[in-house]
Amino acid sequence: MQEEEKIIQQEQEAVSEPAPEEAQAASEPVESVADRVRIISPFRLVMKRFFRSRLCVAGLIMFVFLFFFSFLGPVFVNWKEGEVDRSGTGDTASYWEMEVTDENGDKYLVYAEEVTKSETNSHAAPFTYSNEENGRLHVLGTDKDGRDIFVRLMYGGRLSIMLSFLVVLIYTIIGVVLGGLAGYFGKWVDQIIMRIVDILNCIPSLPILLIIGAILESTGVAAGMRIYIMMACLALLSWTGVARLVRGQILFLREQEYMVATEALGFSPGRKIFRHLIPNVMPQLIVSMTLGLGSIILYEATLSFIGLGVPPEAASWGQMVQSAVGNTAILNYYVECWLPAGIMIILAVLAFNFIGDGLRDALDPKMKR
Amino acid sequence: MVKYIVKRILYSILILFVVSIILYILVRCLPMDYVERKFLSQATQGTISPEELYRIKELYGLADSSFVGILRGYWNWLISALSGDLGTSFLYNQPVTTVISSHMWVSFGIAIAAYVLEFVIAIPLGIKAATRQYGAIDYTTTVFAMIGISFPSFFIAILLIKVFAFQLHWFPATGILDATIDWAGDPMGKFGNQLWHIVLPMLAITIISVGGLMRHTRTNTLEVLNQDYIRTARAKGLSERTVIYKHVFRNTMVPLVTMTAGIIPSLFGGMMILEQVFGLPGIGQIAYNALQQGDIPFIMGYNMFIAILTVLGTLLSDIMYMIVDPRIKISK
Repeated sequence: MQEEEKIIQQEQEAVSEPAPEEAQAASEPVESVADRVRIISPFRLVMKRFFRSRLCVAGLIMFVFLFFFSFLGPVFVNWKEGEVDRSGTGDTASYWEMEVTDENGDKYLVYAEEVTKSETNSHAAPFTYSNEENGRLHVLGTDKDGRDIFVRLMYGGRLSIMLSFLVVLIYTIIGVVLGGLAGYFGKWVDQIIMRIVDILNCIPSLPILLIIGAILESTGVAAGMRIYIMMACLALLSWTGVARLVRGQILFLREQEYMVATEALGFSPGRKIFRHLIPNVMPQLIVSMTLGLGSIILYEATLSFIGLGVPPEAASWGQMVQSAVGNTAILNYYVECWLPAGIMIILAVLAFNFIGDGLRDALDPKMKR
Repeated sequence: MVKYIVKRILYSILILFVVSIILYILVRCLPMDYVERKFLSQATQGTISPEELYRIKELYGLADSSFVGILRGYWNWLISALSGDLGTSFLYNQPVTTVISSHMWVSFGIAIAAYVLEFVIAIPLGIKAATRQYGAIDYTTTVFAMIGISFPSFFIAILLIKVFAFQLHWFPATGILDATIDWAGDPMGKFGNQLWHIVLPMLAITIISVGGLMRHTRTNTLEVLNQDYIRTARAKGLSERTVIYKHVFRNTMVPLVTMTAGIIPSLFGGMMILEQVFGLPGIGQIAYNALQQGDIPFIMGYNMFIAILTVLGTLLSDIMYMIVDPRIKISK
């Protein structure tokens, strides 16, 4: 272990510091550091730094787990999304007593018993089977409508992960293009774009999304589509951070010597921006995208929580947590209805935060370690 | 500097103007306006005729929902807003400014308590974590900070309610005041009871936002620790204590001080989701109801209030930055 550490350190020294002067001066091969170490590419260096950090690896494992859980999990479970367990709850008996007076005036205490059989197997306990032939397993039980919670967790994860990637991709593209234009051209282009950024920053996004949600509800957009439109609006509202980041970096990079070189070579602005400036912004961009994934998952959960997300039969984590609000029975006695969903949200966001944070350290060229 | 500030303020006014147009148009696009919603049952029963409904709408200024009508409505709103009158809330039957100012302080009280707690926790821990980078303290605080950041606000609220209100019965689950007790003549008791009620919301805010501040402090401290003047301070033979608490700490505060100006909107704006879950009569909850009901004057008033606070916050934090850090020069 220590040996490995040493080698890694040597490797890094070889990469991060200019080659030793002796090695450059002497033309004949001397026993130099370069003979004992491999030169590793910046990419591999980053990977190395990334995998050395325990938190990043933890984040990556969490993400891989969530990914397989949500996208492959449904294959192995024999409940479908939104499928209600209609096998019934078996017999639930309720007793009560009443006083009856007969024609002689004698009083009797009568015990009554009512056996009810509800059609849906709601609030089944974890690790129970449905009451049909070859009963199917409810790993985490069922919710109040008799839907399997475990399966809902999987489909909720699908939705969250998919949406977060889409939204982050969209707003990053918008942000990179607009931020790149603003930073590169400056002057009035910059003025206009940055004022738009200012305006969008001033608009509180949650109220706006609430309004848009209400508008969508009335215009008869299919219930399943609503969340996608809402998330598209969210993307249109949240590209400002990326634009600022890209613009700031480009303002800095524009003054670098290699940009003077591209000027001298007569490259087109497009080539200069997208081949020479943007790749240099990539490290920061990747970090902000990873962290963005987490915050979009939070946003999606919040929207679902306030009922603006998916329709009730489709699953989403936020909506599952919502079932506990204002329902003391669920909050207190059916913890499996909301706690796992909340934990899934935290796991997903945490995974992206860990990865993003680790990437930030790994991609930072100034990092010593 | 004065020129710069004036310029920024002029820009801000322009920004606020555009924001208000966008907001107004969006709000007017709300499908069921307030009048339709209010008289829905009468309209379906037929006890109110469409003409009467139209007249009521006209009274509320909602009748003309063509583009020109919306623009005219906006113009009226703008003129009265500029003279300081944000109109009367449909839902609460009071001037919007009164509604805002009467509910704002609940949210403000909770937020300020949470922020104080946050600073008290985050700054010492952040600095500790930075000075012992990659040590045990660093790892633990990092992990806890990250977990805190990852909590959805509604989930932490529900968890706190479940554990501290229903399981342990330490704190009340919802509301701001125990209504079963007559508080007349007992102002101190009333205040104490209110404090009792805001403990859980305050904890919730602190848990979700302390991590960010801690990470921020840590990053800043690390940056300062790498500066030449810290090396100089050490080379002079100053004790590590003096180096950290005199030289590092002060310079760490620069970005933090500017950050405090940036939290103004969240101080006064309320937490829509948290207040919803905790059943607090704060500004966030009021705004949420107004949004649900299509209460146009209030939605406009509230959102503009937030927008103004945001503009003020950024302006203030830039100014603070210049005051605190003399190295910053005005570029424009």
